[in-house]
Amino acid sequence: MSEKVKVTIDGITVEVEPGTSILNAARQIGGDIVPPAMCYYSKLEGSGGKCRTCLVKVSKGSEKDPRPMPKLVASCRTGVMDGMEVENITSPEVIEARKGVVEMLLINHPLDCPICDQAGECHLQDLSYEHGVEKTRYEFERRTFDKIDIGDKIQLHMTRCILCYRCVYVADQITNNRVHGVLGRGDASEISTYIEKAIDNDFSGNVIDVCPVGALTDRTFRFKNRVWFTKPVDAHRDCPTCKGEVTLWYKGEEVLRVTGRKDQFGEVADFICNTCRFETKKTSDWVIEGPRHIAKTSVISSNHYEMAKPLDVIKHNPILIEANKEEFERATKI
Amino acid sequence: MESLSNRKKVLDQKPMNFWERLYLPAIFQGMAITFKHMFKKKETIFYPEVEREFSENWRGLHSLKRDEQGRERCTACGLCALSCPAEAITMIAAERQKGEENLYREEKYAAVYEINMLRCIFCGLCEEACPKEAIYLDGPIVKSDYLRKDFIYGKDKLVEEPLKS
Repeated sequence: MSEKVKVTIDGITVEVEPGTSILNAARQIGGDIVPPAMCYYSKLEGSGGKCRTCLVKVSKGSEKDPRPMPKLVASCRTGVMDGMEVENITSPEVIEARKGVVEMLLINHPLDCPICDQAGECHLQDLSYEHGVEKTRYEFERRTFDKIDIGDKIQLHMTRCILCYRCVYVADQITNNRVHGVLGRGDASEISTYIEKAIDNDFSGNVIDVCPVGALTDRTFRFKNRVWFTKPVDAHRDCPTCKGEVTLWYKGEEVLRVTGRKDQFGEVADFICNTCRFETKKTSDWVIEGPRHIAKTSVISSNHYEMAKPLDVIKHNPILIEANKEEFERATKI
Repeated sequence: MESLSNRKKVLDQKPMNFWERLYLPAIFQGMAITFKHMFKKKETIFYPEVEREFSENWRGLHSLKRDEQGRERCTACGLCALSCPAEAITMIAAERQKGEENLYREEKYAAVYEINMLRCIFCGLCEEACPKEAIYLDGPIVKSDYLRKDFIYGKDKLVEEPLKS
């Protein structure tokens, strides 16, 4: 076992295993200094290095070679060195670069958040809220695509895609055969299933969870409700194909959708199978564990109680209930 | 005891004289003021026959707007309901079908859109939250009614009249 290396990120020193990326070292510290990541996904091997939102400045290369790195580096792809000093939010250069990256990502994005089902849990939304500029400088037509149905459960909105390749890695690594990839190059590149061939693998639904934007969405949840009006509840079931630990999104008594459990970086703890995701949408299918913890900064936390049964807003009053019933009957009679 | 402010005035009440005890001059004086007001310009109006002009930033009944082509602007994004401090707004979204492009602007629209006017506090936050400029509080005063259920205004009462062609 090799010795741990010391790395300083925004003035906070942490000891990590050699070979860890700067992004993962920052995630071990946590808090505001974690660079945002749109394409890197720790559960997917080989992901990262595409979106450039995690750019950081390395002001001191290592203890042996203290020269700074000449350019900003992608923190998800750069390994730490002993004595490395990294600047993320303390460097105006990084903030400026990130602003540029967000502007670039939004060039072709339709910004149809009022329609998009991902709104409220969209990483691009968070990112552009934090780093984006108010106006676009782009004067040309945005590229548009028609909606594509990948199977009867998943829908692809290529217009919203930022080409992070996460879904491609899911198709490569989680599923057995590759039926999903990127066609074309540069501006014309497009996520495709090789002539719209349906994905029928058991774990293909995970492309919905890994998608940082609303490009791949659940067709069974399409326009059902807004994310922030649904109540996330942790539940599990005995599933033969996957671990069966999921989050149920309730509206009233009804389960509107099932997703994997996402951590603070928006990554699922375990990939779930399609049976859990699409087929079992009844409360009786699940063992409820309790409401999920939602970060205060998220819009989903509005009206979200972390008690299975929230306290009554008004005191239980039998006389009042009786009176209300009478009033209601009178109202409905007329 | 000496007063703290030194501004205390001691009034002595004299007994009323004959004319004062008669009260008649005081009555006539009061009636004169009353009758003088009868011939002045009235400050009140006969609502609802006559309505006062509202100020520019008056917030009244909501209306769901249509665009230049007469299509409904609302896309049921739920931001008005989210911003509503009184939780007066509810909606159910639906997907636009083929052939309805002249009815709805976006591919999603509000199939049901209800505002409970008893809950609404007319704060105008929904208007501010709306990304599609679909809701404005530019209507009149909400009419009174007898039943609670009649205060839940649906799309039939909220959506603007279609364009006349």
